Amino acid sequence: MLAIFLKRLLLAIPVLLAVASLTFFLIKLAPGGPFDADRAVSPQVLKNLEAAYNLDSSQWEQYVDYMSGIVVGDFGPSFRYPGRSVSEMIATGLPITFELAFYAILIALLIGVSSGVLAALKRNTYLDFIPMAIAMIGICVPTFLMGPLLVLIFGINLEILPVSGWGQLSGDKILPSVTLGFAYAAYIARLSRGGMLEILNQDFIRTARAKGLTETKVVVKHAMQGGLIPVVSFLGPAVAGLLAGSFVVETIFQIPGLGRFYVEAAFNRDYTMILGTTIFFSAMIVFFNLLSDLAALWLNPRSRDTR
Amino acid sequence: MSNNSSLWSDAIYRLSRNKAAMFGAAILIVLIILATLAPWIAPYSYSFQNLELGASPPSSVHWLGTDTLGRDLLSRILYGARISLLVGFVATGVALVIGVSWGIIAGYMGGKVDSVMMRIVDVLYGLPFIIFIILLMVIFGRNLWLLFGAIGAVEWLTMARIVRGQVIGLKNQEFVMAAQAMGVSNFAMFKKHLLPNILGPIAVYATLTIPQVMLLEGFLSFLGLGIQPPMSSWGTLIKDGVESMEEYSWLLIYPGLTFTITLFALNFFGDGLRDALDPKTTDN
Repeated sequence: MLAIFLKRLLLAIPVLLAVASLTFFLIKLAPGGPFDADRAVSPQVLKNLEAAYNLDSSQWEQYVDYMSGIVVGDFGPSFRYPGRSVSEMIATGLPITFELAFYAILIALLIGVSSGVLAALKRNTYLDFIPMAIAMIGICVPTFLMGPLLVLIFGINLEILPVSGWGQLSGDKILPSVTLGFAYAAYIARLSRGGMLEILNQDFIRTARAKGLTETKVVVKHAMQGGLIPVVSFLGPAVAGLLAGSFVVETIFQIPGLGRFYVEAAFNRDYTMILGTTIFFSAMIVFFNLLSDLAALWLNPRSRDTR
Repeated sequence: MSNNSSLWSDAIYRLSRNKAAMFGAAILIVLIILATLAPWIAPYSYSFQNLELGASPPSSVHWLGTDTLGRDLLSRILYGARISLLVGFVATGVALVIGVSWGIIAGYMGGKVDSVMMRIVDVLYGLPFIIFIILLMVIFGRNLWLLFGAIGAVEWLTMARIVRGQVIGLKNQEFVMAAQAMGVSNFAMFKKHLLPNILGPIAVYATLTIPQVMLLEGFLSFLGLGIQPPMSSWGTLIKDGVESMEEYSWLLIYPGLTFTITLFALNFFGDGLRDALDPKTTDN
C-alpha cells in the first residue's frame, strides 16, 4: 500500500513540473504586458517596474527563478494588487473555498448515498423512481442556473435565507453549499444505486442473509463496502468539478474564496495570479485523485491482493 | 456499413419503442429546425433594441418579454440556440476526431505505442482542464473557434479509452487478420474495417458528450469568459438574466428552462441510444 502510494506520488512530480512549465510559457505567449492596460507610463517607470517584477532578465532566468520559488511555496507578487503576493491571496482564499467544498461534498454524500442505497433496495418502486428523477434534474440543471434559482426562491421571494456573503449573516452558508452540492448528490445517488444493484445480486450477500444477519447488517456491513467503491473513485475527479463549481458559486454569492480570485484574475489578466493558482489547483487535483484511487484500491479486496 | 444493417435496424426499432428517447429526439429535431431557421422565423433581430420599451414581461407582441435594452427575448433565445447547439456539435466533432484516431491507433498498434499513448491519456485525465480552457481564453482572446477547439481538445479522453477498448476486442478477429494477410494498409484498415464496427459505441458516447460540452460552454459564458456580446448563447442569456432577476425574473426563467429542457432531451436520447445499441445494459 505504502509502496503504491510512494510510486504514484513520485510519478506526480514530473507531471506537475510539466504543468507548471507549460503554464509558465503559455502565459509568456500572452499578448501585451501586465502594465500597459491602465495608463501610459514613462519608459523609465516601466523599466523600474520590470526590474521590480524581474521581467528584464532572460526568459530562462525568469523560469528558473520562478520554479525555484514554487518549491518553497513562493508564487511571486500579484501584478494587479501591488504589495500582495500570490501565496498570500491563496492563503486567504483557500480556507473559505475548502469550507464551501467540504459542506458541499458532505451534503452530496449524505443525500446521494442514502437515496442511492434506498433506491437500489426498493428497486422499481416509487422510492426508486422519485429520487432518480430528482437526480436527473440535478444533472441537467447546471450550477450556474441552480444557484440563481435558489436565490430567487429562498432569498428574494420567501426571504428566509441571505442571498450572498460567507460567514457574515446567519445561514448565509446554506445556499452556496446546497447549490454546489446538489449536482454531486445527483451523480453520487446514481453511482451508489448502480454499485449497490450489482453487489446485491452476488453470492456473498445471499450467504450473509442465509446465515441470518439482519437486513441492516447485510446492507451496511456487507453490501455498502463494495457497492460504494464507484462513489469513492468518483470523489477524486469530483474535486476538479467542485473547483470549477466554486468559480460559479463564489461569483454568484460573492464569496471571497480562491475560485472568485481566480475568475477575477482571469478578467484582469493578472498573469502571476493565474499562473500561481493554476499550478496550485493542478497540484491539489493530482493529490486528491491519488487519494481517491488509493481509497478505492483499499476498499476493493480483489485489487488489494493482485497488486 | 451495409453488412451490419441488421444491428442498426434492430437498434432503430428498439429506440423507436423507447418513449423518453423518442420524446428527446422530437424536442431536439424541433430545436435544430428552429435554430437553423432563426433568421427567418425570429420575430426580431437578436440585436434590435427598443430602449423606450426597456424590460417588459411576456405579452402578445413579445411572447417571452424583452430584456433591459428592449430586445425580444424569444428572438435572442432562438439565435442563442444557434450558438449553443453549434458549440455542442462542433466541439463534440473535434473531440470525436481526436479521440477516435487516438484510440484506434493506440488499440491497433498495441505494445509500447499503446502504453505510451494511454499513459498520456491517464495523465491528462488527472489535470484540471477547465482551468486550462480559461487560461487559453485569457491568453488568446475570447474567440468562438478557439472555444470550439479548446472544449473539443479536453473532451476526447474518454472517447479515446472507449475506442481503444473496442479496437483491442476486434483486433484478433478473423476478418482483421484476413485483411492484414491481404496487405491492407493501416489507414485502409482503420477506415474500412475497424471504424464501421465501432460506430455504435462512438455514436452513443458522442450523444452523451454534446450535453457536457454545452454545459461547459454555458459555464464559461456565465463567467463572462465564453461568447461575447452582442452575440448570445444560452449561457450568456442566463448570465444576463441573473443580473436582473430580482425585478425581471422571466429573463432568467425562460433561457434557463430552454437550456434545461435541451439537456434533458439530449440525455434521454443518449441513454435511449445506449440501451438500443447495447441491449446488455438495458436491465440496469
